[in-house]
Amino acid sequence: MQLPSFLRGSLVSPFTLRKLGVLGMNARNVHYIARYNDRDKYPIVDDKLNTKRQAKRYRIPVPELIAAFETQPSRKRVMEVIEPLEKFVIKPARGSGGKGILVIVGRDGDEYVKPSGNKVTALDIQRHVSNIHSGLYSLGGKPDRVMIEALVDFDPVFDKYSFEGVPDIRVIVFRGFPVMAMLRCSTHDSDGKANLHQGAVGVGVDLATGKSCHAVQRGIRIEKHPDTEMPFADLLVPDWGDLVRLAASCYEMTGLGYLGCDIVLDRKRGPLLLEANARPGLAIQIANGVGLRTRLEHIEEMDLEQLEKNVDERVAYSMDYFAAKPLA
Amino acid sequence: MSPRAQVYILAALLTLMGAGLTIYKNVELGFPLLPGEYRTVWTIEAKVRFTADGGPAKAALTLPREQRNMEVLGETFSSSGYGFNIISEDDEYRAVWAKRQASGLQSLFYQLDVHQTPGAALEQPLDLSTEVVKPMLGAREQEAVRQAIYSLVETARERSSDTRTFTSELLTALADNRNQDRNLIFGYYKGRSFVDTALLVLAAADIPAHRIRGLYLEDDRRRLDPEDLLEIYDGKRWVVFEPLSGSPGVPKNFFIWQRGGKSLLDVEGGRNSGVTFSVISNDVPARDVAMLSTSQEKEALVDFSIYSLPIEQQSIFKLILLVPVGALVVVLLRVFVGLRTSGTFMPVLLAIAFIETQLFTGLAIFVLILILGLWIRFYLSRLNLLLVARIAAVVVTVVILMGAISVVSYKLGIEQALTVTFFPMIILAWTIERMSIVWEEDGPYEVVVQAGGSLLVAVIAWWVMTNRYIEHWTFNFPELLLVLLGFIMIVGNYTGFRLGELSRFRQLVR
Repeated sequence: MQLPSFLRGSLVSPFTLRKLGVLGMNARNVHYIARYNDRDKYPIVDDKLNTKRQAKRYRIPVPELIAAFETQPSRKRVMEVIEPLEKFVIKPARGSGGKGILVIVGRDGDEYVKPSGNKVTALDIQRHVSNIHSGLYSLGGKPDRVMIEALVDFDPVFDKYSFEGVPDIRVIVFRGFPVMAMLRCSTHDSDGKANLHQGAVGVGVDLATGKSCHAVQRGIRIEKHPDTEMPFADLLVPDWGDLVRLAASCYEMTGLGYLGCDIVLDRKRGPLLLEANARPGLAIQIANGVGLRTRLEHIEEMDLEQLEKNVDERVAYSMDYFAAKPLA
Repeated sequence: MSPRAQVYILAALLTLMGAGLTIYKNVELGFPLLPGEYRTVWTIEAKVRFTADGGPAKAALTLPREQRNMEVLGETFSSSGYGFNIISEDDEYRAVWAKRQASGLQSLFYQLDVHQTPGAALEQPLDLSTEVVKPMLGAREQEAVRQAIYSLVETARERSSDTRTFTSELLTALADNRNQDRNLIFGYYKGRSFVDTALLVLAAADIPAHRIRGLYLEDDRRRLDPEDLLEIYDGKRWVVFEPLSGSPGVPKNFFIWQRGGKSLLDVEGGRNSGVTFSVISNDVPARDVAMLSTSQEKEALVDFSIYSLPIEQQSIFKLILLVPVGALVVVLLRVFVGLRTSGTFMPVLLAIAFIETQLFTGLAIFVLILILGLWIRFYLSRLNLLLVARIAAVVVTVVILMGAISVVSYKLGIEQALTVTFFPMIILAWTIERMSIVWEEDGPYEVVVQAGGSLLVAVIAWWVMTNRYIEHWTFNFPELLLVLLGFIMIVGNYTGFRLGELSRFRQLVR
């Protein structure tokens, strides 16, 4: 079906998208999240403290937890915890969309330095803790818990592909099978944040090799990082096999059928699970230039025997089957 | 059964139920499907006047009988200083006013509202006496008059085939003033009315007959005397005749007050008594007519509904019933378009506020409060308050702002802005709080996008909710909420693309 000419260019026909196997928000919610994610398993991923606990049980590496404040802590208690620390991250346990995360990368006298170079005082940090606690960043404004994590010692491989921020890798895992992966690189435009709609670069990563296969910023295909000018064609994620295996094992850990895993690379410890998401977004399709639906439907058609494979078999299957097609 | 099939079956059931109830209310109870339908309601007032003798006085007025094509919507009696009650007497209702001591001119009123419905006027059969009291023609009447009467009856009988045609013929003859026999009879019975004379002649012809008293419903008539119709028994049933024209059937707009029976008014302890009637017509919304007529029949669907609430609560419900419509708009815009708003159903609350304030005043006030609130919130955030305290502070600020807007605009003569109080304060405070977080984390552009999205949804919801058809349907047919529920369930099953996604994923198409 042809759209009216004035719409062509800005809109595409839904039939074309369907044919390309693109997954829409409504289909994601009805067919995948509602069908494969049990409500009672949500707390495991919605509360990052629970995720951490569960990850320990399944021996999945995570960033080290320094302290957690279950109740509103006194100022003294907050200071006791952060005083000896040079670098740390303060997070709400039930924050959504990366809201309320405060990263401190260093000290400057009495002040604390953020990745952007801006400085905050101890009072600012205490206020932030109190805000998190009152539920400002949590879904529905419910009182929240505060966690203080060690700052991940990022592997320098991505330094040239990221501006100011934290590069992380999102893997979509469907019924235990990794189906798609992307690397999110912050840019000057995105103000150091890794959200694609704010201008971060989404780099599609080939499941078979860990090599970049496609990169997009603000919906437009790019070849190199806009700030560092580094070509994405040279990008290779180290320890790729371990990383994909880690993502796949999150299926057993959470019990969620449709899952998004956010993974970072630590210089010494390798891939670490930052958080898991029961409602992963659809931007990964844009980053990869490929629709998710075809891949998900392929797994839905599997028989029971195939679905009962162990982690390594699933990873091997995915890396083989979902390998990026060589670009023409 | 798969959840999807369940949704469709449930939605179909809900829709059928809602639509069925709506059709029943429309067809059987007369609730109009479209707004602005009017029905004519006649207000008939009977005024009883008499001069009291100074002692005990009692007046009894026969009340109208039930008539099939006239629906009585309500009646009122005025009886200043009189004891009043209604008694049932020989299949008739009479209003009785009584007073221990009355002197001078007395006026008593009985008023009723009727609404004309299509259909036959009278229901047969009626249990009335078919006995004929033969007039005593002979000793007292002159021979000539007697001859004239029988001659008329004889002529009419010759020119007719049955009782009906006979009556018609006879009445035509009686109305014809060139007829010598007729002139003779009327000359003799000078004091009698036409109907009295006709009754006498009919009795002479051995036909059971009585009079029907009533009124022709015409607008703005005052000091009317009751008019008479004739009703005769043709051996099987009662037939009504218009006496002067001789045509059968109850004339259109004839309101039957008394059928057969005795006097219309009896007065004891008074003189110069009489009843006069006045009639006026009002055009009343069809819904009100339906409400009035069903409230008397205690129709369960209406009796156990919002209409049984006091008027004040009803008007609140009028707004509340619009909320589902607003929710539907939000659902449609999110599922099919994919608009981002701040707070899922916040735009509905905004739209309700807009209904009260008018759109442009509402928009102006909302934007003003949001800007001022954000500004104050930024200052508050520097004071290191706890979150709950800070939001409470924003609530208080919003209230103060509302008060200030009201007072200032009132002094400036902009009365519209007084409606500012309709804005949901807590929601506004939370919106301000959320917006300021969005501002801090995602920048002012995102604030504009989200606030704009919310406002756009609110304006669309307002536009739908103020549509007069929507307003009419939600309030008069709350059953339609079931249809709406079914529809929302079906929409909840939509798994296609959103409009926004057609643009978002366009780069995937090469």
